[in-house]
Amino acid sequence: MIDFDLMARLERGLARWLKRPRVDLALLAALLAVAATGLVVLYSASAEAPAQVFNQGLRLALGFAVLFVFARIAPTVFRTWTPWFYAFTVLLLVAVLVFGEGRGAHRWLDLQVVRFQPSEFAKLALPMMVAWYLHDRPLQPSWRDLAACALILAVPAALIVKQPDLGTALLVAASGVFVIFLAGMSWRRILFLAACGVAAVPLWWQFVAHEYQRNRVRMFLNPEADPLGNGWNIIQSQIAVGSGGVSGKGWLGSTQARLDFLPEHTTDFIFAVFSEEFGLIGVVAIIAVYLFIIGRGLWIAAGARDTYSRLLAGSISMTFFVYVMVNGGMIAGLMPVVGVPMPLISYGGTSAVSLLAGFGILMSIHAHRLRGR
Amino acid sequence: MIDFGPGRRAVKDPMQEANLFRGRAAAGFLIIAACLLVLVGRYVWLQVLRHDEFSGRADENRIKLRPLPPSRGLIYDRNGVLLAENILDYRLELVPEQVGDVDATLEQLGRVIAISADDREQFETLRKVKRRFHNIPLRYALEESEVARFALERHRFPGVEVVPYLTRYYPQGADFAHVVGYVSRIDSEDRERMEDARYSATTHIGKTGIERYYENQLLGDVGYERVETNAEGRALRVLGRVPSKPGRHLHLSLDANLQRATVAAFAGRAGAAVAIDPRNGEVLAMVSQPAFDPNLFVNGISRRDYAALLHGEQRPLYNRAVLGGYEPGSTIKPFIGFMGLKLGVRAATDTVWSSGEFRLPGQDAVWRDWKKGGHGRVDLREALAQSVNTYFYGLAVEVGIDRLEPEMRAFGFGAPTGLDLTREPTGVLPSRSWKQQRFGRTWYPGETVIAGIGQGYWVVTPVQLAHALATLAARGAAQRPHLLLSMQSGIDAPPEAVPALSPLPRIEAPDAVWDAVREGMEAVMHSPTGTARAFGIGAPYRIAGKSGTAQRARRRGNQEYNENTTPEHLRHQALFVAFAPAQAPTIAVAVVVEHGSSGSKAAAPVARAILDADLLQATPGPAP
Repeated sequence: MIDFDLMARLERGLARWLKRPRVDLALLAALLAVAATGLVVLYSASAEAPAQVFNQGLRLALGFAVLFVFARIAPTVFRTWTPWFYAFTVLLLVAVLVFGEGRGAHRWLDLQVVRFQPSEFAKLALPMMVAWYLHDRPLQPSWRDLAACALILAVPAALIVKQPDLGTALLVAASGVFVIFLAGMSWRRILFLAACGVAAVPLWWQFVAHEYQRNRVRMFLNPEADPLGNGWNIIQSQIAVGSGGVSGKGWLGSTQARLDFLPEHTTDFIFAVFSEEFGLIGVVAIIAVYLFIIGRGLWIAAGARDTYSRLLAGSISMTFFVYVMVNGGMIAGLMPVVGVPMPLISYGGTSAVSLLAGFGILMSIHAHRLRGR
Repeated sequence: MIDFGPGRRAVKDPMQEANLFRGRAAAGFLIIAACLLVLVGRYVWLQVLRHDEFSGRADENRIKLRPLPPSRGLIYDRNGVLLAENILDYRLELVPEQVGDVDATLEQLGRVIAISADDREQFETLRKVKRRFHNIPLRYALEESEVARFALERHRFPGVEVVPYLTRYYPQGADFAHVVGYVSRIDSEDRERMEDARYSATTHIGKTGIERYYENQLLGDVGYERVETNAEGRALRVLGRVPSKPGRHLHLSLDANLQRATVAAFAGRAGAAVAIDPRNGEVLAMVSQPAFDPNLFVNGISRRDYAALLHGEQRPLYNRAVLGGYEPGSTIKPFIGFMGLKLGVRAATDTVWSSGEFRLPGQDAVWRDWKKGGHGRVDLREALAQSVNTYFYGLAVEVGIDRLEPEMRAFGFGAPTGLDLTREPTGVLPSRSWKQQRFGRTWYPGETVIAGIGQGYWVVTPVQLAHALATLAARGAAQRPHLLLSMQSGIDAPPEAVPALSPLPRIEAPDAVWDAVREGMEAVMHSPTGTARAFGIGAPYRIAGKSGTAQRARRRGNQEYNENTTPEHLRHQALFVAFAPAQAPTIAVAVVVEHGSSGSKAAAPVARAILDADLLQATPGPAP
């Protein structure tokens, strides 16, 4: 038996959505373009494994579905649920330390049906919580407010550091910091805190840093010191990029990835494959698209109707930039190797879904930018 | 909405906040754009400015040169009989990287194919010097049954392979073991002396004999395959190849038939024999007994077998023909006689009274003849035929040690002959300066007396003795003894010039002198009084010979000899030298039979057998 009534309702819903999909088409197009590029590169990087590409396609589809769903939810709903979501995330981060799995590190939670990294939730929960905290307080934030924000950031960040996953912790903390920056903290305070941060680096190096983290930094500074060991990734990645030249070796032409010289060439180092195959032209093009996405996100943020929406939208856009900068910099030997994926290009599910969920919120903010609509 | 509370908070102003945010967003965007510009700048630097460098490194990554082993040159005798060839065999190879847990795999593998502790040790040594993704040989010369057994189990051993290879084979077995030598696996000691690049695909190296001496010629040149490899070093496709160049084939002056006959003549006794063609210095046979099967060494001899060979009582690995030091005894007498005539100290017809005893004027010491009561009045011919000591005692004293030494040196005593085989010991040619240097003592006249009969400090090697005899047979036209006849760069290639031999000075003397010595030596074999007349009987050619019995032997003719510790079994060596046909000699042979007690009884028949084999059987036609 077919429920014709349901079918009819679905049809009407689709027609209405198509008329006004509540998404920013320009932003959506850019995201789809990057995702499509990602699948094309993945096909080459995975040595032409259609199963892997299909798998990633499914995850991206799921991510875009989440995006469309989130786009229909009003920002006020997000705001209302923010403290609960934040508390839930912290709970998960504690859980992952207790029950989590992974090689030497506890990053994954396995709920039989799905496996995921709770730290991905934190990437959204943190900026949301900071925005929630600041939204009904007058800006610029006072020292008191800043202290409260710092606490909001510190708890989950510390839990992630404990996993240990310093890269994600910094990324997560950065997204919260962007909220504070966008909230209008004075430049003087920014400079002061930045100076404090720089001053803390030697202390971190001396007392906090794990030996593997120190090694990563050492390798970053001088990869040729251990070309077959710790320096290998950095060197091979730069060889891939450099040998690509201006026009690249062409699709499926990456010898570095396809002959296995490049490690993790479907995940963290996939952008090296892209650079090798599509050259400087490809790199400039994709970075231009990324810049467009970021710019569009900030534009939406600037047009948002309340403080919470503004801060959250701005933070989501700027965090996206951090991904691009850190991953792109790592591949080009401009930054130490940290496990940060290239957004929408690296193989991996949770990161793509959480990114697109973030853009769903952006879309929602865009759709609800005018009061009463 | 304005908060009228008690000033806990400042006033929230949405318009001002929106403007503030726009400012911040704009600033953020500019910062982001600047950062991404820096990032792009880095890519420009890598992809434009350093593109060539990284392109090269990417190619270096992926293109590896895989060495191709050259096939080792073959070794033939003078008639084309194969002495060393290459045959197809199978060996087990292992790539550590593909295997994973090497120890566990070796353990498992040991149940399928026998792997000895020696194999294991060799493997570990190679493993240290080779890359993880290289094939490392584990077991050589697999039996057919082992190959079959492994084929059944091979799915359990990823990274382990049975690989065909060419291995050295010595079809003549022990007969040429000391002269041809053998190849064996390269060890750490070899690494010191070889050029690594030329051996990049080669697992074996010449260890002894001709195989070692002519290693450079036999080895050939390694070839290369340019292969695209992945990061594990697995070859994916061949991009090009430079074929290897086989080593040169060597033709030796040895005659396989003569060599075999020589070995047979020893009949299991220990000793050495060297036969040289006096006309050109070509070594026709070179035997050291006992010998060993060189094939045992090619693919690794077990430690126990090796120890047994090395330290066995008869020391079969020891090449007596080149390294063995012996007191020449009476075999020196023809040379002393020649010297006396040449220097005009005596004429061939001058006679000496042999009473059985010899005294130096004013001394009590007595030197005796071997025959009680003496031989009576003898000239040179009889002195040689009967080996009369008294004749040569007096002659040596009359000549004096200072004239004796350079005359004997001209025949090559006291110096390496320059044979193309191994580092030869010098032997000992007694002299005043040698003794001074060696013992720090002055020379006693009595020592000159015994030097005249080849005793005292004298040490010769069989090769030296054969060379000196060949020079005597060639009437002074000394030829440097050598084993290499010609080289070939392929079966059908023309023979190549062999390295030029440095010429030796000719010994000048009137014909009468040469004839007199030769006649004396012929009398040894053919006169009724000759000491070896029993072994001259029935020869269809004339033989010139001389026996010798050495009281003592010295292992290497070196100076560490200590008379008191020399074991009994190294004493009383039987020596014999002979050339034939006496008038126009084509072969000169020196024979040592260890603890043979008497030169004429033990060594002369061996010499005769060698001469017969050369002169009677080789003449009808070329060897098969």
